[in-house]
Amino acid sequence: MNAVQYLWLVPLLPLLGAVLLIVAGRNMSKPIIASIGAGSVGLSALTVIVIGVAFLSNPDVYEISVWQWIAVGNLTPSIELHLDALSLMFIFVITFVGFLIHLYSVEFMGEDSGYARFFACLNLFVCSMLLLVLAGNLVLLYLGWEGVGLCSYLLIGFWYEDPKNGYAARKAFIITRVGDTAMLIGLFLLFATFNSLDIETILSAAPSRWEQGSSIATVAALLLLGGAAGKSAQLPLQNWLPDAMAGPTPVSALIHAATMVTAGVYLIARMNVLFELSPVAMTTVGVVGAVTLLIAGFSAMTQTDLKRVLAYSTISQIGYMFLALGVGAWSAAIFHFFTHAFFKALLFLGAGAIIEALHHEHNIFRMGGLRKQLPIVFITFLAGAASLAALPLVTSGFYSKDMILWYAWAGEKGSGLLFIAGLVGALVTALYTTRLVIVTFFGYANTRVSKRPGWRMTMPLGVLAALSVVVGFLEVPHNFWHAQLISGFLGGVLPAAVIDSGIEAYEWALQLLAAVVTLGGIFIGYFVYMATPGLHELVKKKFPTLHQLMYDGWGFDALYTLLFVKPVTWLARASRGDVIDGIYTGIAWVAIAANRAIATTQNGVMRWYVLGIVVGALLIITLGILV
Amino acid sequence: MPDHILTYLIFLPVLAAFLALFIPRDRSAWFRVLNLAVCGVQGILTIIAIVRYGSETGDLRLIERTEWFSLNLGTWGSLRAEYFLGVDGLSLPLIALTVFVMIIAGISSWTITKGVKGYFTLMLILNAAVIGSFAALDLLLFYLFFEFMLLPMFFLIGIWGGKRREYASIKFFLYTLCGSILILVAFIGLYISGSVPGDVATHTFNIMYLRDGSNYVPGSVLDPSGTWLIGGWSARNWAFLLLFVGFAIKLPMVPFHTWLPDAHVEAPTPVSVILAALLLKIGGYGLLRIAYPLFPDAALSLSWMVGLFGVVSIIYGALTAMASKDLKRLIAYSSVSHMGYVLLGMASATQEGVSGAVYQMVSHGVITTMLFLIAGVLYDRTNDRMIENYSGLARIMPVYFVVVLIAFFASLGLPGFSGFIAEIMVFLGAFRSNVIHLSLAIIATLGLALGAAYYLWTIQRMFFGKLHVRGAASTEQLTDLDLREKVMFLPLAAITLILGIFPQLLLNYIDPFALGFVSLLTGGS
Repeated sequence: MNAVQYLWLVPLLPLLGAVLLIVAGRNMSKPIIASIGAGSVGLSALTVIVIGVAFLSNPDVYEISVWQWIAVGNLTPSIELHLDALSLMFIFVITFVGFLIHLYSVEFMGEDSGYARFFACLNLFVCSMLLLVLAGNLVLLYLGWEGVGLCSYLLIGFWYEDPKNGYAARKAFIITRVGDTAMLIGLFLLFATFNSLDIETILSAAPSRWEQGSSIATVAALLLLGGAAGKSAQLPLQNWLPDAMAGPTPVSALIHAATMVTAGVYLIARMNVLFELSPVAMTTVGVVGAVTLLIAGFSAMTQTDLKRVLAYSTISQIGYMFLALGVGAWSAAIFHFFTHAFFKALLFLGAGAIIEALHHEHNIFRMGGLRKQLPIVFITFLAGAASLAALPLVTSGFYSKDMILWYAWAGEKGSGLLFIAGLVGALVTALYTTRLVIVTFFGYANTRVSKRPGWRMTMPLGVLAALSVVVGFLEVPHNFWHAQLISGFLGGVLPAAVIDSGIEAYEWALQLLAAVVTLGGIFIGYFVYMATPGLHELVKKKFPTLHQLMYDGWGFDALYTLLFVKPVTWLARASRGDVIDGIYTGIAWVAIAANRAIATTQNGVMRWYVLGIVVGALLIITLGILV
Repeated sequence: MPDHILTYLIFLPVLAAFLALFIPRDRSAWFRVLNLAVCGVQGILTIIAIVRYGSETGDLRLIERTEWFSLNLGTWGSLRAEYFLGVDGLSLPLIALTVFVMIIAGISSWTITKGVKGYFTLMLILNAAVIGSFAALDLLLFYLFFEFMLLPMFFLIGIWGGKRREYASIKFFLYTLCGSILILVAFIGLYISGSVPGDVATHTFNIMYLRDGSNYVPGSVLDPSGTWLIGGWSARNWAFLLLFVGFAIKLPMVPFHTWLPDAHVEAPTPVSVILAALLLKIGGYGLLRIAYPLFPDAALSLSWMVGLFGVVSIIYGALTAMASKDLKRLIAYSSVSHMGYVLLGMASATQEGVSGAVYQMVSHGVITTMLFLIAGVLYDRTNDRMIENYSGLARIMPVYFVVVLIAFFASLGLPGFSGFIAEIMVFLGAFRSNVIHLSLAIIATLGLALGAAYYLWTIQRMFFGKLHVRGAASTEQLTDLDLREKVMFLPLAAITLILGIFPQLLLNYIDPFALGFVSLLTGGS
């Protein structure tokens, strides 16, 4: 053991920060709150770097058990941390990007009265997310999983005085909870089969226990996919994410772009053995990814709210990751998670700076001309946008997306349709990204900039912009250069993607195609939004229904209201009076009525009593004769 | 002292109730202090009991056993009742819970100003009866304590309750009485059929004797090897059914639950706390202590039904909670939903499930105490608990809001809190059970999503949004928690967290009990 034995410090530091801020945050001054909030995550990030260096010199799988959590029968989960290449990549992103976003928030949230509450939730989030990816068993993973959900809820509803925000928070929590419930059923199923919830145990026992393609493996994998789809905002549980933009922008950057929403990708990658056992589940993951990336991409083209464009883009990019997972390109999915975390966090932080500078203006068509007024934001945003659009050769997004497209086509589990979906998605991505940049930064300045961001906001932008470009070169295509660091690094944990034989020769053709498509998208964007003024309005008027449909996220909200919300609220309203109580009230009513009816015979009139006696006597005599 | 610790625990409050008779009725503070002092001493006694009990075992210990009385009934043989007390991994946690909740309820009772003397006297009697029920191991003794809870509760609701207190208290009384009668019939059957070992003529109420199938008079009604049929069904099945329904009314289980919301809505806060946190547990305890172990054969064949009603309670309770307009009624229905997990867990007849059921009883006891105190905080300030009358309370009552968040999220089963540990064990047990059907377990998981829905909706309606108060209340009345209230909430919140993070503290006791319970159950089939 080396530095890795201090792994428990990594989640503990943010937890301590959160506890301190919850207990005493009310009485602290803002600088102290900021140093605890950002400092704890910063220290955690430093620890990760130290551990990372130690890990690189001696890559292995490390298990650090802290204490026995539960021990009942076969249920024996510990609080144990599991470090391998996959979790190391995640904790690096979580703590490093997390620290930059905390630093940014120190200034961004400076005027807010809920300063301590904000950092407490953000620290708690980092801790939960770290536990999620470090968990050695599924119970602890679920703890982190629900913990990030809680923090997401609290932070989306951070400005709770606006009822819209509270609604968005509740929507996010409940929709993800539907997915979580599916996942939990999956966990129970795994436990019933393997008598354990230890991840290693399950993964090593599954191939011998379940046959390739067996239906039970499919069911288990699909249930886990349900949980993953909920957290990662994939079809059919994707519609909470655009509303989640109600939270403060740093939250959108950290939780709803860089880290939490990729938890589903992590889960599937972590449980890869299980998914490999079921071709049906693999195909489903791929199709879910492909469809999601398309519908979210199209929606992103029509949004006018800066943050909603980015939100749909996030859904779409995670769709790419799912697509990669579905074709068995595990490393490609994680690579795209890695690059996406940097450029999407950057874009969100840039968006936050813009929105702050423009008096909380969200509508991109009321922005414009910011290129000159916010030059640092512009340059960094451009770097992020180029990466999102996958500008060939110079951006990280190009390399990670190219890798996915390549395996979607050439991979053993890939198919022409998935590839075409990815390609169309690339076009759409380039198009909406270009639109975003042009409308926001070019043209006529519609709103005056009131305040420029300080160094604590621009510094994270600069660092992230640099990384958005650089990290791509960690993994370049085989035919370019011999540098496949990511897939090499992950090789011990994730199976390598298998490609059809004889297809390698065409790799350059595909790369060329992808590059052309991206440039085409950028050109169309330029043509529609810059070169020919008024054209986009014309297109919008030409297809009003389609535009509206895309703008509303394809009507999923309305559909779910009709299918689920209405029936449940109807059922609840129907049972408001507690129908069962009606039965007892009925019994009581009958008893009282009978009592009244019989009481009326006791009227004190002698004639009635005599009559009663006579009738009774006659009845008895008759019965006696008859029987 | 060492040998009679359970007796001290039970009779200390009785003694204090007797002392209370001599305190002038206008000395309110004296009664409060007396009650709290008794609970405090009980707390110390409980700690001593836990230490003396030791750990890592679920055995019966701290046993006190003497003959209570013995009657010669001629041809009916002779009746022997014992003063038989003892605790195991099931009752020890519940007794600790009782003492703890009684302390909290005692502090909460300081707001009671009417008829303080009678109120605290009844509270002390109730205290003794609850602990007695958990400690008694003789059916007659158990029944005595069980019935002794009924009257204090009836008066506490009927005199110190809200507007419809008389309706609620009579409803409570009738339901519980019906349950008691069913239980009594089963007890009489047990008494007739059971005997002390080696002496067929001497009948017994001793639970430990009655657990052993060889202690039944051959050919008697409930003889395990007998062939008594009533309506085509074995008499033992009928007896189990009687006990099941009797205790299920107390639990309460849908469809016998409708006394609960009314009782809660009318009862004063501390009485609600005791009702939900402790009295409901007697129902679950009775099933685990008496119905299941005494009729393992019948229990195993009817467990599907227990599980089915458990799931119905989970879902129905959650749906009705969602529709409730009164905060306290919502919490009452959430209790119905959460006690459903207790049924589901025991019905699974697995070690995980049974441990989960017991854990859920303790965890729900703590969480529901918080929930009812939360409703009480609001009612104390404004006399209004209608959810729709409040909005944006988070701004003016921040500490209260934090407490509400903790309680609600603990109750909806967020990992890290005690409720999650209980629920996950119940579900894991239900999923790998071969007694109940998988589909039941799957349907029950819907309760998780519904639970999230009604709690979050409540938070949104009452705490989010612009500050706004409708109805008779005004915003000036809505002050944040005072010191006394913080003192009540702090240990409660701490305990749900501790039990969520270090559940082994409790499971070390519960798990061995569950193990023995399951082997008794499956060994008997």
